[in-house]
Amino acid sequence: MALDLHAKRVFKQVGTRPPRPDGVDKVTGRAMFGADATAPGMLFARVLRSPHAHAVIKSIDAADALALKGVKAVVTSDDFGLPEDMFARDVQDNCLARGKALYHGHGVAAVAAISDAVAKQALKLIKVDYKVLPHVTDVDEAMKPGAPVVQEGRSEENVGAGLSQNVTTYCEFGHGDLKAGFAKADKIIERSFKTAATHQGYIEPHACLASVTSDGKADLWCCTQGQFAVRTVCAEIMGMEASQLRVTASEIGGGFGGKTTVFIEPIALALSRKTGRPVKMVMSREEVFKATGPTVSSSMDVKIGMTKDGRITAGEAKLRYQGGAFPTGTVTMGAQSAFAAYDLEAVRTYGWNVMTNRPKEAAYRAPGAPMAIFAVESVVDEFCQELGLDPLDVRLKNAAKKGTKSAYGPTFDEIGLVATLEAATAHPHYKAPLGPNQGRGLSCGFWFNFGGNTCVSLNINTDGTVGITEGNPDIGGSRASISLMAAEELGIAYDKVRTIIADTNSLGYNDITDGSRVTFSVGLATIEAARNAIRIMCARAAKIWGIDEDAVVWEDGAAKPSGPNAGDFEPMTLADIAAVSAETGGPIAGHHEVNADGAGVSFGVHLADVEVDPETGATKVLRYTVFQDAGRAVHPDYVEGQMQGGAVQGIGWALNEEYIYNDEGKLQNAGFLDYRVPVASDLPNIDTVILEIPNPGHPYGVRGVGETPIVPPLAALANAVSRAVGVRMTELPMSPPKLLKALSGKG
Amino acid sequence: MVQVKIWGSLRHATDGKAEVEVEARNFRQLLDRLSEDYPGLRPQIERGVSLALDGMIYREAWFTEIGPDSEVVLMPFMTGG
Repeated sequence: MALDLHAKRVFKQVGTRPPRPDGVDKVTGRAMFGADATAPGMLFARVLRSPHAHAVIKSIDAADALALKGVKAVVTSDDFGLPEDMFARDVQDNCLARGKALYHGHGVAAVAAISDAVAKQALKLIKVDYKVLPHVTDVDEAMKPGAPVVQEGRSEENVGAGLSQNVTTYCEFGHGDLKAGFAKADKIIERSFKTAATHQGYIEPHACLASVTSDGKADLWCCTQGQFAVRTVCAEIMGMEASQLRVTASEIGGGFGGKTTVFIEPIALALSRKTGRPVKMVMSREEVFKATGPTVSSSMDVKIGMTKDGRITAGEAKLRYQGGAFPTGTVTMGAQSAFAAYDLEAVRTYGWNVMTNRPKEAAYRAPGAPMAIFAVESVVDEFCQELGLDPLDVRLKNAAKKGTKSAYGPTFDEIGLVATLEAATAHPHYKAPLGPNQGRGLSCGFWFNFGGNTCVSLNINTDGTVGITEGNPDIGGSRASISLMAAEELGIAYDKVRTIIADTNSLGYNDITDGSRVTFSVGLATIEAARNAIRIMCARAAKIWGIDEDAVVWEDGAAKPSGPNAGDFEPMTLADIAAVSAETGGPIAGHHEVNADGAGVSFGVHLADVEVDPETGATKVLRYTVFQDAGRAVHPDYVEGQMQGGAVQGIGWALNEEYIYNDEGKLQNAGFLDYRVPVASDLPNIDTVILEIPNPGHPYGVRGVGETPIVPPLAALANAVSRAVGVRMTELPMSPPKLLKALSGKG
Repeated sequence: MVQVKIWGSLRHATDGKAEVEVEARNFRQLLDRLSEDYPGLRPQIERGVSLALDGMIYREAWFTEIGPDSEVVLMPFMTGG
């Protein structure tokens, strides 16, 4: 659906900042999150988890647990079939281990009891006989031919010989003659980088309530980024037809990609089927860290050639990502993103996905891109230091723009990178003075964005208000943005529209809330649904006036005769037409179903100022500014919120957050005390500058904004810290011990 | 005929060629022809691919028409967070 020809129109609703529709419920505690679901007679379930990083499960004896008063059922992998679909099979095997525990915290058995306390007590009575196996948690170690093999037979056909079976995917992207490119360079820099696995850190732990009836129907309430995807995978695992499993998404306390899959829902369904009673499961925070999906950790090599005046002549990156105990595809996105911000004649990226004895990776905002771009942007910054060049000038000199053949293949259409770089150059932040032990860093960021399957129903109520039903959980304010776009198109006030999220039996299939797709795709479908409703309302007005339908136009929220020849009639507002809808043909609605494409890629630039305490190694972020192309900012508060939230998560990733394993492969910091995310008192205000370069693929020009902002902070912080301490930092997080070590090595 | 750009790690299936030519008027035909002419591409096509047409990325769109002068790039299937 292309950008409207009248895209230069003045918007009346889009671009305003009305109060968020979910705000009152959330601040008063009325909002229903996953753990708030209850049902009469419900049981409480808990999962027994592996104490070992890698172990054969020789036997499970649940007799004593089942004998405990109040225990109603125990399930293990034996209670499930073997789904044909490998994706579903991996999800199932990640919920409860089949034959082998693959990581510390992997589920082994689950119990349902009349109370949470009894369920916890029962877990202690389940006897599991393990044979402990050698383990591997480091990506480079896991690639070696002699490494402990996490799963056999999972490598794709193009993984080269001489590597461990843990390597599941190989990819390569790029174009041009690298050798010739490096030969043109005045200087070549090669560096190796590492980033730690980090967790999305959503505040709400995973929770669900499952109720399976004796006739095979089931209801499932859960916190998820996609109720339809939950239905698909759970129906496959449970051997159910989709229509018999209704999934309702709760309000969601953050997801960031981590709630695009399931970790407990099949267990709750199996226990409910076995007991005939509703079963509730709520993960503890420790379980969230141990047994949900953090992002990948990485080991990377980057080589770049540059002329003395700052033109990049060639770029090469080798990316090795570990995604835990199951195959993942994340490195392909990293390999495509690494050099996306640059217009290069010669570029090549290589990527390997690797299994280790860690929890199965889940998506995390722009999956795969932040670490790859951290490595590339760090080397570009080092060039700027070594050659005495201005970092923004170098980015502008090499920036991708319309007509650039991207590093991942396609030629770019309209993109906003140059505009964001120019905005950063002109901003006072870039010229502000710095003090001792302070440094300034910057980085470009990129994400693809995409659309996907989307359904919207828009109902014109007889009192002149509008109800919209859509199928994507609202994580970042989409209900407000959808209502704004409907109000804009219909020409009515925003507060006359209410948008709700449907369950899986109330609307056609919708893809997950991911890929920065919702404001783009659901917005596009909403605009089209509104236009369908407008066509019906114009037809009703035409009937009332006794003129042809094509002699009626819709302007400012009302049907009007299209000109003097159409007749002289008073305009009929939406409310006027709705009030007589029963008399003119019945209820009025518009709907639209689409697999949306044309999302349009997104670029951003971040500027960060830091101060490093040379005595403690602690880094304080002094000032931070985000510049991003939002296409069209439908509700600027939410756009700014996405930009700020991504920056803060990236700051945590850069400075403190990491999964820490001991020699036995056991996670050492499964809690917010030891896994430290930034809190408000750690941070300055995150300033934002929204650029609006309309996306040609959306009628209002909207681009997704949710993922790009987490991409630049890793390199922006690393570049700022490296300049502050005078040592190039190549490993994240740059926690105080690492910084002290770097400072002591400086001499 | 449509010129299709192939990403690097799939070139083992195209005799090392970075670009192949197939007879196709839409994405469905293009994927069918690629699978027939280059069977080594089939496992990846079955796992999922995206296609970029004149710079715009399509994840699933069998009937998107391809012009004779269009730029077509085969890409891995996109996922997000």
